[in-house]
Amino acid sequence: MKYMKYNVNEKGYYGEFGGAWIPEMMYANIDELRHRYLEIIESPEFKKEFDQLLKDYVGRPSPLYFAGRLSEHYGTKVYLKREDLNHTGSHKLNNTVGQILLAEKLGKTRIIAETGAGQHGVATATVCALKGIKCVVYMGDLDVQRQAPNVKKMKMLGAKVIPVHSGNKTLKDATNEAMRDWINNPEDTHYIIGSVVGPHPFPDMVARFQSVISKEMKSQLLEKTGSEFPTRILACVGGGSNAAGAFYHYLDDEQVELIGVEAAGKGVETKETAATLLVGSPGVLHASRTMLMQNRDGQITEPYSISAGLDYPGIGPLHAHLFKTGRAKYMATTDEEVLKAALLLTQKEGIIPALESAHALAALEKIKMKPDDVNVINLSGSGNKDMETYLNYFGY
Amino acid sequence: MKKNRINRLFETKKENIFSVYFTAGFPNLDDTVKIIQELEKNGVDLIEIGIPFSDPTADGPTIQHSSEIALKNGMSLHLLFEQLKNIRESVKIPLILMGYFNPVMQFGLEQFCKKCSETGIDGIILPDLPLEEFEAHYKKNFAKNNLHNILLITPQTPEARIRQIDKASNGFIYMVSSAATTGAGKKVEDFQQDYFERIQQMNLKNPRLIGFGISDHDTFANACKYAGGAIIGSAFVKALQSGNELQNSIRDFTKKITGNTKTTAKS
Repeated sequence: MKYMKYNVNEKGYYGEFGGAWIPEMMYANIDELRHRYLEIIESPEFKKEFDQLLKDYVGRPSPLYFAGRLSEHYGTKVYLKREDLNHTGSHKLNNTVGQILLAEKLGKTRIIAETGAGQHGVATATVCALKGIKCVVYMGDLDVQRQAPNVKKMKMLGAKVIPVHSGNKTLKDATNEAMRDWINNPEDTHYIIGSVVGPHPFPDMVARFQSVISKEMKSQLLEKTGSEFPTRILACVGGGSNAAGAFYHYLDDEQVELIGVEAAGKGVETKETAATLLVGSPGVLHASRTMLMQNRDGQITEPYSISAGLDYPGIGPLHAHLFKTGRAKYMATTDEEVLKAALLLTQKEGIIPALESAHALAALEKIKMKPDDVNVINLSGSGNKDMETYLNYFGY
Repeated sequence: MKKNRINRLFETKKENIFSVYFTAGFPNLDDTVKIIQELEKNGVDLIEIGIPFSDPTADGPTIQHSSEIALKNGMSLHLLFEQLKNIRESVKIPLILMGYFNPVMQFGLEQFCKKCSETGIDGIILPDLPLEEFEAHYKKNFAKNNLHNILLITPQTPEARIRQIDKASNGFIYMVSSAATTGAGKKVEDFQQDYFERIQQMNLKNPRLIGFGISDHDTFANACKYAGGAIIGSAFVKALQSGNELQNSIRDFTKKITGNTKTTAKS
């Protein structure tokens, strides 16, 4: 069996992390998913439909681009996996296409989702429009304000966007509200979780849908460099879905260095950070045992990051396990470093990255790289949604 | 080991068991003991003391709000045990702690169970601690401290699982009246008749209390027809928000819920 060592076990655990810590009200839905997801997504019929949509609708494969001027700048080889070129501008659509097909097979007629930056919300609203299925997106009120263009897109796509006013009014609170919705609507609704978080089988299911990223990387690298194996892969991590997808097919290839980059916010030593693995401890949130930002009493603390998509106090259990076992390394980059890295990519390569993805770019400043190293950055999203932040900061 | 107060209650009282939930630390940090005493004084049979959590995903807006205020007031599990340390000098009815798993996990499960036992707590409800995890890791600690783990069932729970939950329970079964977070405000009688009757006919070994959506005399009385009694949470938390003296709001609230039930039962 492949990927045994880092794959989820039959109880939904990655080592000590994961599981399905669900209230009984969610049991029927989770139990159905747990029993049926593999049979459905591994079926030839599903695979055919999924692959077709990835190709014709999402626009895959996404290019693996050799960033020549950025490589020269750092004195190494830098490749960008261009998930920003997917339809809707990020990797998020890989997962929502998979889950909407699954929801159809399960006979669900209503979709709910949570969103932070709005990218997952847009990706969900998009596939719901594609399939003519009713869509409700929960979004923290603060994020509604700082990601206004995405809110408008979701509305135009026909989704109902519900602002969430509890807690810090960000991604965590939107997730709470989506879970409550699912509890209140247990029969007709499927919850399209946007990352590798939540109860089993979501982390595994979302990782499988995103794994197309590393699957393509292997053949693209072979073609461009003569080897499937890069020196290292870097990806930003909030919940961790783009990183899970970029790491997936390399998990057992231990010669490939895997680096997840968290949002340091104003610094991991400050309270204003979202670097869960670096400052957190084990706990249970959103039905998963994972690493969390919390106080001594087990209350979840409010994360902070300039990027709404990484502003989450937990992390997918797969990453908690990769961190614990040392298979992947995790570091964090600050708001300041991220903005600089975004500007550098923009001016060296003519690509404006999402704030989230720029966290992985900023990590290049902190890593020792040799001239012949092959570094792959998963460029998870486009900067279109972040123009206001960039313009405010750089004063254009 | 002394008999658990929950079992004693269900042995002596077979119907109209009146159970109330409140969030510790709400409306004021130091109201906990006073609320418990007043509830007992006004004829409440069983109390669920809510441990506030920052992310109460199984609760509706009322209990979310009370949890937020309670945390702002400074409530924690350590402080709650401190407040309750002499509670058995004045209160006889069964007491249950209800909360989410993470604060208990950070407190330390073993230490938590020990503290509960020392304090005179009889049962625990942790909605996000699933049966499987409980049985595999925590059951022994609960049993050692004479604590009952109260498990939930819902209209969607399959029959085989209800049997499994019945087997694993030794206090009562918390029957969620409908697919809902707490305080969702759907009337109990609207659509759960079939479900209530189905469960009633299963001849479970454990008694049942019905909760979620019980908010007034009618919903309480109806639920009591199908189970040993009912649990009221959000409606009570709302009553505490009224700003009146605790003593008065608790007296008025309990009267409103049971007043007529008792008359009906007698007649």
